Formats: sequence, C-alpha cells, structure tokens
Amino acid sequence: MKIPFSWLKDYVDIDCSAEELEAKLFSCGFEVEETLYFGEKIDKIVTCKILKIEKHPNADKLSVCTVDAGKYGTLQIITAATNVFEGAIVPVALDGSTLFNGEKIRKGKLRGLESCGMFCSGEELGITDDWYEGASVHGILIFREDLPLGESVKDILGIGDVIFDVNVTANRPDCQSVLGMAREVAAVLGKPLKMPDLSYNTDAGVSTLKTVKITDDAFDLCPRYKGRLIKDVKIGPSPEWMRRRLFSMGLKSINNVVDITNFVLLEIGQPMHAFDLRDLEGNEINVRRAKKGEKIITLDEKEFKLDENNLVICDAEKPVALAGVMGGLNSGIKDDTKDVLFESARFARDNIRKTSRTLGQRSDSSARFEKGVDYLSQEIGLKRALNLVDKLGCGKIACDEYDLKGEQFKEKTIETTVDKINGVLGLDIAADTVKNILERLDFKVTLDGRNITVIVPLYREDVEGYPDLAEEVIREYGYDNITPTLLKTSAITAGGRNAEQKSAEDLKDLLIGYGYNETITYSFVSEKEFDLFGLDKSRLIRILNPISEDMAIMRTTLIPSLVRAAVYNINRQNYDGKLFELAKTYFAVSGDNAELPEEKEVLCFAAFGEKEDYFSVKGVTDGIFAAFCYGKEIKYVRSSEKFMHPTRSADIFVDGEKVGLIGQVHPDIVAACGADKAVFVGEIRIDILKKHFNGKITAKQVSKFPSVERDLAVITEEDVLCDDVVSVIKRNGGKILEKVSLFDVYRGNQVAMGKKSMAFNLVFGSDDRTLNVKEVDDAIEKILKNLKSELNAELR
Amino acid sequence: MQEFDELRKQAKTEAENTVSLGALNDVRAKFIGKNGEITALLRQMKDIPFEERASFGKKVNDLKEEVSAIFEKKERELKEKEREDRFKKEAVDITLPGNAVKVGGAHPLNIVKNKIIDAFCGLGFEVFEGPEIDSDYYCFQALNIPKDHPARDMQDTFYINDNILLRPHTSPGQVRTMENKKPPIKILSPGRVYRADDDASHSPMFHQIEGLVVDKGVSLCDLKGLLDTFVKLIFDEDTKTRFRPSYFPFTEPSVEVDVTCCKCHGKGCGLCKNTGWIEILGAGVVNKNVLKMSGIDPEVYSGLAFGLGIERIAMIKYGISDIRTLFESNVRFLEQFDRR
Repeated sequence: MKIPFSWLKDYVDIDCSAEELEAKLFSCGFEVEETLYFGEKIDKIVTCKILKIEKHPNADKLSVCTVDAGKYGTLQIITAATNVFEGAIVPVALDGSTLFNGEKIRKGKLRGLESCGMFCSGEELGITDDWYEGASVHGILIFREDLPLGESVKDILGIGDVIFDVNVTANRPDCQSVLGMAREVAAVLGKPLKMPDLSYNTDAGVSTLKTVKITDDAFDLCPRYKGRLIKDVKIGPSPEWMRRRLFSMGLKSINNVVDITNFVLLEIGQPMHAFDLRDLEGNEINVRRAKKGEKIITLDEKEFKLDENNLVICDAEKPVALAGVMGGLNSGIKDDTKDVLFESARFARDNIRKTSRTLGQRSDSSARFEKGVDYLSQEIGLKRALNLVDKLGCGKIACDEYDLKGEQFKEKTIETTVDKINGVLGLDIAADTVKNILERLDFKVTLDGRNITVIVPLYREDVEGYPDLAEEVIREYGYDNITPTLLKTSAITAGGRNAEQKSAEDLKDLLIGYGYNETITYSFVSEKEFDLFGLDKSRLIRILNPISEDMAIMRTTLIPSLVRAAVYNINRQNYDGKLFELAKTYFAVSGDNAELPEEKEVLCFAAFGEKEDYFSVKGVTDGIFAAFCYGKEIKYVRSSEKFMHPTRSADIFVDGEKVGLIGQVHPDIVAACGADKAVFVGEIRIDILKKHFNGKITAKQVSKFPSVERDLAVITEEDVLCDDVVSVIKRNGGKILEKVSLFDVYRGNQVAMGKKSMAFNLVFGSDDRTLNVKEVDDAIEKILKNLKSELNAELR
Repeated sequence: MQEFDELRKQAKTEAENTVSLGALNDVRAKFIGKNGEITALLRQMKDIPFEERASFGKKVNDLKEEVSAIFEKKERELKEKEREDRFKKEAVDITLPGNAVKVGGAHPLNIVKNKIIDAFCGLGFEVFEGPEIDSDYYCFQALNIPKDHPARDMQDTFYINDNILLRPHTSPGQVRTMENKKPPIKILSPGRVYRADDDASHSPMFHQIEGLVVDKGVSLCDLKGLLDTFVKLIFDEDTKTRFRPSYFPFTEPSVEVDVTCCKCHGKGCGLCKNTGWIEILGAGVVNKNVLKMSGIDPEVYSGLAFGLGIERIAMIKYGISDIRTLFESNVRFLEQFDRR
C-alpha cells in the first residue's frame, strides 16, 4: 500500500521526520518495505526567463537563447526545442545539476557555442500534466505564471514528497487506505485524528428515491448497497491538487467524476462506481446473481460470459456492471454525461475474489474488495465523494439516498479481564495503561476493577476476543518489553526422538561412515520416468496442478532420482561418488484418492566410479543387516526388476520377507539418462527393515575351549553360487560347526574351463570341551560327500 | 691347564667373530653343546686321579660358565643388532598421505534440522512427523483457514484432488498432535512441504520445522525465551531476537521473528540489507479457535507455535545464494559440510 507522507499530514499533525515515522510504524506492525523520495535527485534546476532567441550559426536545428536566471545571472543556453519563445519562463538545469532520473547536467559546447545548462521538459522533472498543466507537452515545460527568476523549480512545483510503501497484513484491510493508515499514525504518535471533510450541500429538488429504483436481491453477496443521484453534472477536468494526489499514487486523471471515485478509493478505501443515469434502462438498479450464459462487456471492452457464481449490477434489463470488479461499457461516464448515480457498496470478499480469478479480470476495485472492505466505509466513502462533488461544483446532490442493508451492523463488545490480556503476553501491564492504549486505537473502554469491557470500532472486523486485544496492547506498548522466560508455569516433559526416529538417524550415520553423502531430491518425478524404468503405475498419485510435467507424479521409488543424480555428477566430471537419501515414497490407496495415500519410507543409495561394483553396494546392505538385524537370515536372490542389470542384481530377503534390492542399474537405462558409466544402487524399505530390527539381546558366553580351523577349496560349475555351497556346508557341519566364510574365488590354470574354485574357512568349536580331530574329520567328510552329491563339487 | 686357557681364548675369538644368531648357536654348540669341546673335558674325569677330580671339575665348570657368559653377551648384542636392522628395514616415510577411509556427510538441510531438533529436545520437545500428503482439514480448516481464504489459492498449493493435497506447511503436525495428546504438549514437527514456486529463493519442495507448546499459562514471554535459547544454539551466543507484529490465521497475537545478522552482528551488511536484522521465522500464541477445534479447552490451556524454513536458516548459515543448489546432488557441493 503506497501512502504519501504529505497526504498523511492532512489528517495527523505529524511532528517527526519520515524516517522516525517509518520506525514507529515498524514497531506497531506496519513494515515500510520501501521509501520512495519523489524527485529526491532533482538539484540545481531553477526558473529563468528567455530574453532573446537567435539561430545557431552552425546548426539548423539549434537555437541560441539568452536567459535571465535571477541570482545566477544572464546565461547562454543552446536548445533544440521549438516551443520556446522570447519572454517565456522555463526551468533550466544549471551547470552541475541533476535531473529527476539522476542524470547530471554540465555546461559544454554545442557546435562551437557554449551552453551553460539545459532547458527541462516535464518528463525530465518526473511530472506530467496531472502535476502541472503543460508538463506533458512535447518540448520544454513553459510556466503559466509570472514566477520569480533563479528560484528552485522543485520548490515551486512542490516536488519532493516521501511515499511509503507499507506492507499491510491480511488481517488489517482497514489500513488499505490513507485514512486507515492515518488512524494508526495518530495512535502511535498519540495525536488526534482529523477526519476528512465529509460535509456537503444537497438540492431539495433532487431526489434519488423518486428518480431511481434500487433493489438488492443478493444480500449474502452484497450486504450493503448505497446509491445517490447527482443531477446536472458538468464533466470536466479535476483541480490540480486532486490530480497531484492521484499522480503521486500512480493514477492518471480522467475527469472530475471518475477522479472523485478513484480519490475516495485511495483516501477512504471504499471502491465506488458512477453510472450514467440515462444508460440505466427503467432508471433501475438491481443487484443479483448473473444468469447462466449472461454476458457483459466491461469498460476495457472485454466480453465475459457469466454464471450464477458472479454477482452483477443490472438495470431493468441487463447487467451494467460486474459487481465490485468493473463497470459495463454500456453505462460508463462520458464527456456529455448529465446525471450520475453513485454506488457505494460492500461486496462479499470471497465472491469478488472468485469472480476475479475465474474470469481473469482484475481492477483496483476488485483488489480492494478481495482484501475486505469494512461496514463503515460505504458511509464515509459516499459522504466524502459528495463532499468533493460539492467542493468541485460538478453537480446537484440529491437530498436523499438508498441504503439497502442485509443486516444491521453492530459494534462488537468484548468482556474480559486485564489479567487475561496480560496472561497472553506474560506481562503485568497496569489496567490504566491497557485502557489508555485501547482508547488511542478508537476502542471504547470501560474499566471495573480487573474487568474490562471493550467496544470494537466497526472497521476492526479482525478483533474478536482478548488475544486480539492483547496484540493491540503489545503493539503500542512495545515488543521490546517482552522479557524472555522459559516456560516457568509449564510441566517438565521428557522429550527427545523416539526409538524409530533414532534408528533412522543411526542408519544414516552408518551410510555416512561408509563414505556416502546424503542428498535430497524432489518427491515428484515425471510420468516418463515411470515408463523409462518400467515401474508399476497402478497406485500412482498425480498432482492436479503441477509446475511442470517433470514434477507431476509422486514417486514410488527413489532409484530413478538417484540414478539421475549419479548421471548429473558423471556429466560434470564428478566421476566417483556415493550418494544416499532417506525419504518417503507414495502409493494411492484408492483410485480416486478419497483416503490419504500410504507413505513408505525408503533408504536408497547409489555408487558410481572406477572402484565401484556390485560388491560395493552389497557391502553396504551386508553392513546394515549386521548392524541392525544381527543373526537374522539374509538371502540375496537374483532380481527380475526390468530396470536392473539382469545378472548383477539381487532382491534381498530378511527372514523370508523382501526388504529391498541392490545391484547395477541396467546399462540401457543409465544410457537413456545420459551417461555410459556403470551405476550401482540399493533400496531398502524402512518399514519392513524395522520389523526385523534386533530385539532384546541376551549375551552369549564365548567358549573357553580352543576352536579348530579348516580351510576347504572346492571346485564347482560356474553357475553354482557361494550361498549354495555355504548352505550345504552348514547343513552338514553338525552342531560343532560355528562359522563358515569365503576367502577366495579362483579361476585359471589348475581349474578347468567353465569351473571355479571357492575357498572357505570353517571354524569348529564347542562350549564344553576341546574337540578331537576325529569328529572334525568326520564333519568334513560328511560335508564333502554332500557337496559332491548335491552340487557336484570336488575338493580341489 | 694350558688347554683351558686355549679353549677360553678360542671360544672368545670365535664368538666375537660371529655375525648372526645362527652362527653363534653353532659356535656355542661347538664349545658347550652336548658334544662340545668343553663338555668333552668332563668326560676326561674318569682319567683324573680321584683326589684331583673335584678341583678339575670345578675348573671345567668355571670355564663353562665363563664361556657361556661370553656367548650370552654376544647373543644380546646380536639380538639388539637384529632388531635395529629390522626397524631400519621397516622404516616408512611418515609424511606420505594416509590410506583414506573416505567418510561421507549429512545433507546441510539435515545438519541444520538436527541441530534444531537437538536444541529443542534438550528443552523437553518430542519429534512428530506427520504425513506429507494430507487433507484440506488438517492443512487449512483446523488451522483457522476456512474455505475461500486467499492463502489456499491453486497457484500456491499442489492438489491431488479437492480434499487431498501436498501439505504447504508443517502446521498440520500441530493439529494431529493436539488431537492425540493431552497437555503438556511440546513437539517439533519437521518435514518436507510443497508449494508451487520455483526460482532462486523458492523451491517447489522445501523443509520446515513447526514447534508447538500447549500448557497452562504459557505466554509470549515464554515464546521469546524459547526462541532466544534456540537461535543462540543455531547461530552463536551473541545472537539476539526481535519480535515484530504480524498476522497468521492460526496464531493471535502473531509475530515475525528477526535475529541479529550472523554475518555483520547487527552493524549492517548485504545479507541483512543494511538493517542488521534477518527475518527467520513466524510465531505466535495459538489461536483459540485452533485449540478448540483440536479438542483443547482454550480457557484452561494456552499454546505457542512457531514455524521456520530450514532452507532459509541453512542458506544464511552457510552463505548459499541459490536454493536449487541444495537439491542438485552435486557430490562436490555435498562434501563441504560437517560430517554429521
């Protein structure tokens, strides 16, 4: 919200600087986002009178002017302007001066003759006709008045206002106007508010009620509608003071009647509309919902097709305005308009917003209504408009008006205690101080001991109870007075992460220890990714309004995201890397997503680079199971996932339940993602892993008796798996076999083609005795016999 | 007894001339081994007259001890030398680079998140993680943001359907906790949130932490105390907070919280746009309607809530200028942060 300092001064006797006011506003909740110093840069531009104009001897298009610049003496100025004449008083930028846009002017030679400065146009002073009649002319600004010479043009034109761009929070629509901000300024400075002049004279011979018929058929969307007739209107330009005000707020002057409605919007915050009475069929206004298919062409010549959700202002036959948004082209003010009907209404905030959004039509009026216009503004707004009509002498004001109300608006009363207000704040502000602050803010306060009764002004629709009053009090009392305390009245609680949250952190720490860097990638991917990776789409969750197709589907696995991350790195010369992410995946529970989807947390990790292979990612899962699922049965079974390398990937089972997969990503898929390097990944479902976490641990005594170790190298067919051999060994090793571990795989010289040798270390032992050689030999014999019969494996 | 002197001399010379433990053992065997020359002397005993046997035996034993001592001394010398040789051989260039056990690292956003959680856990807060895809009720209505409130516009929030959406803030965590827990409540609700925004300072997915306290008599002063403690742990000991009035539908009064700029310590710099202050979070006293809707009696209990963006804190703390860097997975970027 832009607020000119000069305008505020009309309503409050401000005795501090703009900077001080900015700080005061900040402390009471109105942050000045930007302070614009209008014409701040203009310097050393003064009035001068042109005494003589001669042709430049060396240039056809230049003139040499001799000017009287008062105390700056007689100067020679070269100009290309053609609208200057002898005797004209014009602004001249002297040597070393600065224009509105910051451009510096120095004296210099033009085609051999010295110019001591430059004449200025309105644009070079940052103004238009709305600021000073004649400023928009093509050429040099020529003053209409006989002004003293050598005087500052900035002062003469009154350029140099400060404009605050204030951030008004959504709960304070009442401050979306100069008057609203002035109320706050008055309160924070402890000064009285001087209301704008709302008085006006009426003409007993003009009656709204007898001339026009106004009805409101939609009080839910239009709870208040005021209408007043002005007869014998003389459309013409507005006075300079009004145009300047509009100009400083960025509005262009149109004509006196339209300017008055705009002025009231800025000053009071009430959007108004003016109808040309002769365009209102049957001299009638009817507020109602549009009929389906009904059309309107708005003032900006755009046509809209409406339905029952749109509120329209109609005459006896047709819509003449899109309520609160824009007037119809069929009923606007024209140069020859004679009779005007002013509308000052309150429209439902949400309805205006919806209409504006769905039709894509916005205006200053709709923007204002969307923020909310209070009940009081229709009254003040219309009065102020009539006051201006009277002041500008632009017509005869009717002696009566329509004021249609859906309900009686009553001020809210809050009954509470000073202690409750203090309780919210944690302070002990004296009852008198509380009363005093609230009264400064226009609340009516009755104090009875600790009880306080507060009548809320109509424009403060945001204030509903004592917490709101507490906010009003602390806003003015000062947030600096809030002293830190640490929950002195609250009970002590244990706090901390729960076991599940702790184990997730432990899991991440393990990955970090393994050299993996944590990453975070988007939860949504493109549908194309599902097709590329051949993922199941039966439980897909689509975003209705995605930013782009690349972020349209909630992911069901993290693998594509991490493959993309790996490829991203490889393509940026980060050839080695290890990444992991712990995040949710999302699955629809029903086709229409009537229920909340399932969210399943997964751990995904990816490794790429020369040293990585299938076993580097298997090392990670082996480590996870050793750390979190000690003693559980872990099985790796060749995976049939389409996006994985067919012979270098495995599904992982813990105690028979599938918990995830690891391996190399299918080279075709990595290639389709844009890299020709191997990428290895693993993904573990946390919810399933959690079920197999170490339970209660009872320590097992380590045997006091020596163990016996035997190494066994067996030759098998190439397709026999390590696990196959281990499982035969375990099944046949008897109770004394404590541990089997592979320590070498060999292919080459002493092993036939198509076969391999696997060497295992076997540890035998007992808790209650030293083993004898024979029982170990017997176990080995049994193992070898069964390896032969089950796997056709030979001792090497 | 010339033979004795000769043997002593011989043993001594031969012992001194040996250069290895193996050779020394050979020499030792030659003189005092089972078949050694000195041992052989004892076998001459039977030829010695009876009366001289005792003195002869003593002499032989003396000689044997004497020679043994020589050998032991030599053995010590040789062992010492052997150890020296071994250490010489085992010498390493102690300045060569170590065998790196490469350690990974946590994501900067999670480092910050964990610091925040640790700070508040110490004050008795629990951690509650709600669903990321949630209903309109939990995301808006229960937070005092009724239908048609401007904050719910389609361009801000990602919808799955009319009623289900990607949560635009972690505040639903407040409601879900209050529905299931009796005061005293102290929780943090961290997690991913989503809004349809994508530029250098906005990401369509980002992270927030919501904090909530509900108990008897908690006030704005307590909020100040909590946040003062927290910012000191996240930034540094000198960090101060400032409250500014603001507006959120779910708190009343609402405040915007600024901290003294961690770069210039309040003097004014580019980071704080010369104000000396940086806005880091929004907070307030929980709106009575929100408590009521979640089944908590606002006449008995009051609440405090705060919500902050983890990206914002991380970007300030680590001097990151483009939010998108945080989601690019570039290992060279990720390697820079604390290990956890």
